Amino acid sequence: MRAIRPGCCVLGVAALSMGVAHSETLPPDLREGRAVYEKWCAPCHDPGIEHPGTHALMTKYSGSPRASGIITEWKDLTPQYIRFMVRHGMSVMPHFRKTEITDSQLDALARYLSRMRPPVAP
Amino acid sequence: MRVPPGVSAAAYAKALTEFEQVVGKEWVFTTDEDLDLYRDAYSPFLNEPEERIASGALAPSSTEQVQQIVRIANKYRIPLYTISTGKNLGYGGSAPAYSGSVVLDLKRMNRILEVNEQNAYALVEPGVSYFDLYKYIQENKLKVWIDCPDPGWGSVVGNALDRGGGYTTANYRNHFDSHCGMEIVLPDGELLRTGMGAIPNSKTWQQYKSGCGPWIDGIFSQSNYGIVTKMGFWLMPEPEAYLRCTVSVPRYQDLIPLIEILNYVENSRISAGFPDIESPLLGYPPIGQLQLWIEKGPPRMSEEHVRLLKGARVGYSAELEAHGLRAGIPYWRLWLSFHGPQEVIAAQWQATQRLFARIAGAKFEVRDTVRFPLDPAKVTDYHEPELGVPSLRVFSIGARTPWNPTPSKGHMWFSPIIPRSGEAIIEANKVFSEAASSLGMPLFNSFTLPACFWERCFIFILATPVTEDPQTNRRYREGFKKLIAVGGAHGWGEYRTAPVFQQTVMDVYSYNNHSLQRFHATLKDAIDPNGILSAGRYAIWPKHLREQKS
Repeated sequence: MRAIRPGCCVLGVAALSMGVAHSETLPPDLREGRAVYEKWCAPCHDPGIEHPGTHALMTKYSGSPRASGIITEWKDLTPQYIRFMVRHGMSVMPHFRKTEITDSQLDALARYLSRMRPPVAP
Repeated sequence: MRVPPGVSAAAYAKALTEFEQVVGKEWVFTTDEDLDLYRDAYSPFLNEPEERIASGALAPSSTEQVQQIVRIANKYRIPLYTISTGKNLGYGGSAPAYSGSVVLDLKRMNRILEVNEQNAYALVEPGVSYFDLYKYIQENKLKVWIDCPDPGWGSVVGNALDRGGGYTTANYRNHFDSHCGMEIVLPDGELLRTGMGAIPNSKTWQQYKSGCGPWIDGIFSQSNYGIVTKMGFWLMPEPEAYLRCTVSVPRYQDLIPLIEILNYVENSRISAGFPDIESPLLGYPPIGQLQLWIEKGPPRMSEEHVRLLKGARVGYSAELEAHGLRAGIPYWRLWLSFHGPQEVIAAQWQATQRLFARIAGAKFEVRDTVRFPLDPAKVTDYHEPELGVPSLRVFSIGARTPWNPTPSKGHMWFSPIIPRSGEAIIEANKVFSEAASSLGMPLFNSFTLPACFWERCFIFILATPVTEDPQTNRRYREGFKKLIAVGGAHGWGEYRTAPVFQQTVMDVYSYNNHSLQRFHATLKDAIDPNGILSAGRYAIWPKHLREQKS
């Protein structure tokens, strides 16, 4: 008999990050954000038109620097914009509650998704 | 600060202090900013005064905390509204049915308590999503499948309690039917376990559903008699192989024997996979390929074909049928799937062909043979939930694509249960297309084919968009209610609906002067005399609110 009885398998973002290969090459301060992305954003926003968020953004931003529709590659995302989108949603994307993505996880996500932004000149 | 209806600000303040002592200040939400996150993202009342909103939200992490919250709510008469993952989009989302209730958000109760591979079952808490359970099974290399609906972030418990459906085999697609055992916090804070779970130290809670004596699990679905804090589910052993085949038939009237034979084939378990009906001639996709049509655009049709389609009535014209026969385009195509050892499913497919061969001109094709485990890179070639794989791909419906430049804000599902017959499909199309047309509802292109989630009935599913324009939403809401009544007049009722429409739907279930609704009220008064749990859910109101309404 093969039965798994873990007692308490508490599912959390930190645990999920272990399975994310990309996170291994990321600086430590971006790994939690990447894990939040993988859990909550990737099913709609990973590359490919089979991801409805990516397909919608490809369509919306056709011909612009955002034309790939792939938010992890965009270079103009600010932390404020990410926080706003997660808490307000857009079109068929709903907003996310703090029991889903806590404020600190959202900060980590915002840092991760805005990492491609060029540094602002002093 | 918002205050629930019927509660004084002082009493609410005391209750909040006690709630904070139970769950911690961090998990009691009272600011507008936090409570706006409990709005229904797809509310048909978007930005209108009637939109249902929360006065507060509490997020416990254990059954014991739920018990304490319920006792405090009784003390101060605080109306609570329970959600699990809060992702029941199209059916109310995370907003309360009774506006101003305090949402009891169970998302933090996300423990997978057991997955048993040998006897294929699981025991989970309400915050566990299909993604969570699938990931757990994959990481532990367990040879079992889940059955999931299209949106994978939904709660395994919540979807079953709202009586949702999925896409694998007939034994598992009805998520409430495939549950086995519940743990429930009753409105007075008492803890109850159903089925074999009522035996202390039970060895078979997830193995035998009904225990002994009245089987009461059903009253905790689509209701407000308790808070389910644990629920067991039967899982499907991973099949060795999967065979997907089609039966295509050429004529309009072939729909009738096609469904008759499907019923025999499915009810006999010759084919147990999700049956999916398509009309190549009418340009109506099978559900399993809807996402491909949305992602890549629908297949091109000749100008002649498009012209003939416009002239069809209830999906038929003699010219259109003749065109299909000339061009070799089937009127109907039934997708069937088989799961099991290869030699078994090959024999099942052989028997299936023999049975359908009595329809003149029937053509048979094998579309796919899959051996498991499936290469993960190939999963997106399929409608993932048919292979027990959760996804969010369904959100392409209504989202922006090159073929849909104006995305919607959400949708509400009109979904009456109709009989499993070709005649019923045709009648429902006639009735609802005429009604929708007269109501200005954007529901129909030419013909709609039903979903075969469950045995012995069809669900006739139509999506109605939610827009940013209140006037349009108002028109759609009123039309939606009239469609519910039209369905009721024909003996058809919704299987599930959003809180906005629950009273209208339950009014259709009116046999013997609404004896069912009256019984629900009797139960409510007996089980929850203070009326603190999820008032209004599926039109079950506590006594004091029934009196206010009358």
